Amino acid sequence: MAPGESILSVHNLTIAFGRHTILENVSFEAQAGDCLAVIGPNGAGKTLLLKALLHLIPCRGEIRWAPGTRIGYVPQKVAADRQLPLRLQDFLDAKIAFQKLPPADLNRVASAVGLAPEILDAGIGLLSGGQFQKALIAFALLGEPNALLFDEPTASLDELAEENIYELLHSLQRDRGMTVILVSHDISVVYRYASRVLCLSKGTPCMGAPREILTPAMLQDLYGTPPRFYRHHPAERG
Amino acid sequence: MHAGQVYLFLVALFFALAAGLVGCFALMKRMLLAGDVISHLALPGLAIAFLLNWNPLAGGAVTLFLGTLLIWQLQKKTGLATDATIGVVFATALAAGAVITPREDLVDALFGGLPQVSLAGCLLGLFAALFIMGALFRLKERLALEIFSPELAAVTGVNVGRVNLWFLLLFSLTVLAGLRFMGALLASALIILPAAAARQWTGKLSHFLALSSAISVLSVVGGFLLNAFALHLPTVAPLIVLLAALFFAASLFARRG
Repeated sequence: MAPGESILSVHNLTIAFGRHTILENVSFEAQAGDCLAVIGPNGAGKTLLLKALLHLIPCRGEIRWAPGTRIGYVPQKVAADRQLPLRLQDFLDAKIAFQKLPPADLNRVASAVGLAPEILDAGIGLLSGGQFQKALIAFALLGEPNALLFDEPTASLDELAEENIYELLHSLQRDRGMTVILVSHDISVVYRYASRVLCLSKGTPCMGAPREILTPAMLQDLYGTPPRFYRHHPAERG
Repeated sequence: MHAGQVYLFLVALFFALAAGLVGCFALMKRMLLAGDVISHLALPGLAIAFLLNWNPLAGGAVTLFLGTLLIWQLQKKTGLATDATIGVVFATALAAGAVITPREDLVDALFGGLPQVSLAGCLLGLFAALFIMGALFRLKERLALEIFSPELAAVTGVNVGRVNLWFLLLFSLTVLAGLRFMGALLASALIILPAAAARQWTGKLSHFLALSSAISVLSVVGGFLLNAFALHLPTVAPLIVLLAALFFAASLFARRG
């Protein structure tokens, strides 16, 4: 899929549970190679939007992925039992076997995300927060997806691990031309990595380039408090 | 040794192998005890079969599978967790079974016996065990993904609802295969104990599956030998006691990975 071609088209998406409407008539498009950040206050429906895009929850409206799109997903958290008798390799091997992928893909994605071979042999419960997050990214990268959906991928990490994860995401997007849809609370990260921003709030959703959307007035309107973020020098965007 | 006893031993061995594998996934799905309760779904069927002089296994099979489907449907319709829906159906089945079962057959139905098994019964048992093992082998990746995260499994392309139904049915079939000689109360012991013991010793999926099956098979061999040469009891209870001792020993020297 060539950069700039439409990879995702969402039209009049509505998510409601009973009488409680979470999202109403949200429409947007994403182009191949985009890094689209989804922002909004707690409860705005960011995570549910991703789940709807993955067809994990019922919704109304139209969600159309371009033919040939392969999606990888990194959830905000996985409520997996850390006592499971599964090594990281068992978990990754399960996807390789189920999707009939080449076994060599395991080492390829592990080295892409910086997981050492001895970590692959560790039990799921023994992984640190950063290793677990990298494991989820490695899982998402198996099958060579061309669209990656990330739901606050660094919510439970310290600053250094967070920086590493975002650099990894950015290099994947830059080097492989992946489309990235990223939910984040961190406005400075959004400003630094996103090419477009979709903001969800109780009013009408808005979309545009970070410079247009991430204005102090807009952020105050969105979050209800004065924004606290810093702007990286443009050269930092790599 | 009588041919019927040899057939019973063979069925018990294959059942143990299948039960050891099913138990591993049931333990990971945290439904060991809930699964234990599933075995009681056979009670009303056994009772009706006793009353009408039918093959008790056929009666047990009918209510077991109807109950399993009912649990799956209730889960989908009510949004309740598996253990809650199993609880509802279990209580109903147990009460119905206790009301209908003739008093003289109640002990047999609950604790099993060591009946003579015909060649046909033996072949049927072997076929059921092989089917369970084959199906689990095909489903193991899907089950591992679903157990880790149903959401990630669904995104990967796994039909999570169907995998859950298959597992419930395989679990019920395993219980059914052991029902005749294990009884409704003990049928799931060979599913629960070997997996729980094996988990004390390994954190690697392939080792876990192999160890659980090995413990299960060894306990059947040990239980039958114990009964044949020392205890001469008409139930499999010695086998279960042996397994329980093995579990406590394993937990004392646990070295989980």
